Amino acid sequence: MNAQFRKPPSWRNVLEKGVVVGLACCALISVFTTLAILITLFVETTSFFNEIPLFHFFTETEWTALFSGDQQKFGILPLIIGTCLVTLIAAAIAIPIGLTSAIYLSEFAHDRIRRIIKPILEVLAGIPTIVYGFFAVTLVTPTLKNFIPSLETFNALSAGIVVGIMIIPMIASLSEDAMMSVPNRIREAAYGLGSTRLEVALRVVLPAAISGIIASFVLALSRAIGETMIVTIAAGATPHLSFDPTVSIQTMTAYIVQAATGDISYESIAYKSIYAVGITLFCMTFLMNIFAEFISRRFREEYE
Amino acid sequence: MPESATKEQTIPVLSTDSKTSSSSNVKYRRMKSKLAHLLFLLSTWMGVVVLAVLLIDIARRGLPWLSLDFLDSFASRIPERAGLKAGIWGSIWMILITAPLAFIIGVATAVFLEEYRLNSKWGGRIQRLIQLNINNLAGVPSIVFGILGLTLFVRQINLGKSVLAGALTMTLLILPIIVVAAREAIASVPQSLRLASMAMGATRLQTIWRVVLPYAFPGILTGTILALSRAIGETAPLIMIGAVTFLAFTPSSVMDMFTVMPIQIYNWTSQPKEEFANLAAAGIIVLLFVLLSMNALAIFLRNKFRRS
Amino acid sequence: MQQVAISIESCSLYYGEKQALNDITFEIQEKSVTALIGPSGCGKSTFLRTLNRMNDLIPDVTLTGKIKIYDQDIYDKTVDVEMLRKEVGMVFQAPNPFPKSIYENVAYGPRIHGITKKSELDEIVETSLRQAALWDEVKDRLKDRATGLSGGQQQRLCIARTLAVKPKVLLMDEPTSALDPISTSKIEELLQELKRHYTIVIVTHNMQQAGRVSDQTAFFLNGNLVEFDNTKQLFSNPQKKETEDYITGRFG
Repeated sequence: MNAQFRKPPSWRNVLEKGVVVGLACCALISVFTTLAILITLFVETTSFFNEIPLFHFFTETEWTALFSGDQQKFGILPLIIGTCLVTLIAAAIAIPIGLTSAIYLSEFAHDRIRRIIKPILEVLAGIPTIVYGFFAVTLVTPTLKNFIPSLETFNALSAGIVVGIMIIPMIASLSEDAMMSVPNRIREAAYGLGSTRLEVALRVVLPAAISGIIASFVLALSRAIGETMIVTIAAGATPHLSFDPTVSIQTMTAYIVQAATGDISYESIAYKSIYAVGITLFCMTFLMNIFAEFISRRFREEYE
Repeated sequence: MPESATKEQTIPVLSTDSKTSSSSNVKYRRMKSKLAHLLFLLSTWMGVVVLAVLLIDIARRGLPWLSLDFLDSFASRIPERAGLKAGIWGSIWMILITAPLAFIIGVATAVFLEEYRLNSKWGGRIQRLIQLNINNLAGVPSIVFGILGLTLFVRQINLGKSVLAGALTMTLLILPIIVVAAREAIASVPQSLRLASMAMGATRLQTIWRVVLPYAFPGILTGTILALSRAIGETAPLIMIGAVTFLAFTPSSVMDMFTVMPIQIYNWTSQPKEEFANLAAAGIIVLLFVLLSMNALAIFLRNKFRRS
Repeated sequence: MQQVAISIESCSLYYGEKQALNDITFEIQEKSVTALIGPSGCGKSTFLRTLNRMNDLIPDVTLTGKIKIYDQDIYDKTVDVEMLRKEVGMVFQAPNPFPKSIYENVAYGPRIHGITKKSELDEIVETSLRQAALWDEVKDRLKDRATGLSGGQQQRLCIARTLAVKPKVLLMDEPTSALDPISTSKIEELLQELKRHYTIVIVTHNMQQAGRVSDQTAFFLNGNLVEFDNTKQLFSNPQKKETEDYITGRFG
């Protein structure tokens, strides 16, 4: 009896090697995407700052990039304030509702109810932002006008509320994941000491899952900052350096849409300002995402 | 979910001699817990209520405007004649290009990261870099992808404001979602199956192709469908690309100009006339119908192929 | 008269810096059953996996010494690992059928090695299932999913799947440890049948099993081969004190 382990190199070996190279190339596409984003933003922004001093960009209090000639002013503060205002309103709506939903789903709800609510949250998360924008301008704003007569047709308040509604599912499901990953033996220990459900939830599970919960807040707010259609439709197109939620404002994302849909030449400074605003937006969301990653990693409790 | 702790497990004070732990304290705590339960329940149902209000409002406005003519007419200044045809076909064209591209690149990336763990110093570093990068890309606002598409595809590669430019932008946008879903599905394939295949003399590629991918396929498919439904609903990046809002023809090649359903809806939403808002609602019904069908399909597949 | 099927010459193995096998030398006869016994972590499973180079899949493993199967150094550069594993099949601890039909499980190996003709595959599937003493139980439901079989049937299916690529050597890594006593005895009977055609190396935790099924037994301890002898000899009259302590249950 004998055995033969050798065989001449065949097309199969070549295929094996070739496939690895092919797969690696596909995987590198995502790296190139990031590089392309950075290069794109950086090149045009540099050319923008050749004309507008960086100092002006961050200290000027007016943004009138799409005006003509010498009336153009490039102070990004109003856009940042507008973005922050919407995001703060969204946070005020989404964090309490999202977190309490997460506590409910993870600590109180019966399996049967969870099986109804979870898909509904998934559907809510899957609704396109254009639909939320429509919702904001056709239903939320007119309704709010009944209570606040001075509310303008386009305003930060209803945009913020609807952005908040949009990110509720994200906070709820990410926070719930964090709380569900707290092992049952820790809950059982607390119940064993005579705690009520609420005490277990707030004093044991919540602190144990806090890093994941905070990460979910940060990620959701980063999503709110980058949200475009709701604010484009409902928040207006007039950059304001004010924290009044009842008037028309403009966010960074809404400006980018306005400039891109306007009739401006690729060589103009207004066009280049898209990139300057874009890179500001990119940096803000990038830092928040990194921060979220950092806290969920750094403070993650190890339960194994 | 603490399955083991079904009801309140506060044990009534058993010792009779203890005067410090009064039963009223326990009662109070229990009541507080019940109240909180109710509050949390209400808060959770808020989401459901919002969804219901939104759907009812849209149905009320849009349903009367929904007809076959609406699906088969182009945009018009006269609301009664306007329709969604250009948007529907634009969305179909875009998804037909995006789906295969994103699926192939996404699954290939996931296979590379999960099945070919590189052990060399540089290989390992590159894979970690790719992973980190994908996590970060998933958090980049969609409008930034729009800026990228505008600069890279529309201007540099000179594709113009074409379906192809839009579809490529969308591919990059949903790629991270597909990679994450596919990696999860591939990671859930039991290691013992890979070993069994290798032990029979299967090569790595044969093992991936015949054992790993078939096993992971339902999960990958579910993730892909969800990612594609995201692509169909996205508006901002395509506005950046320059997808037009007023179009009286459907694309006949990948280099043609196009519009998609959400952009048509956006256009109607920003018109002052009330009729256009109703048209937008009708468009939203069509869009949501497509998206919910895709979601339902994904959930159906997930349940059908769920393994014990 | 028997031929030597596998010869191991001063073989050592390291996981990174950590030594897992130390200077193992012995020979395994063709068409016999060799049992590898020893306490957990003694290196017997690691050793088993060096015989069809499954350890190649783990990064940072280094092996010194020589392992020859039918006089060919299996760690030679010219050896094709896939061909080696085709000749040296392996059955794992827990049954691991693919989530495919019974038929497809057995046909998997022949297919990947290039057999496509339906009639040929049918024949291989039937012979392999017969050899694994499973044919009568499954012949009417070859299209059913393999995961629906009982644990014992699944393990025999895995054996059939391994036999389908017509190996010369069969490696078994505690093949009955996840099974009930009845399934276990079926597989033990099967081993007696299979050794007429195959060289079998089996790792087992169960000393009674080693006594029942094997012709030769190797006792491993802390990465060393302590004793290797005829099974009867080793169990009735061990030469080393460690072996005696282990088989009389004084430790391990």
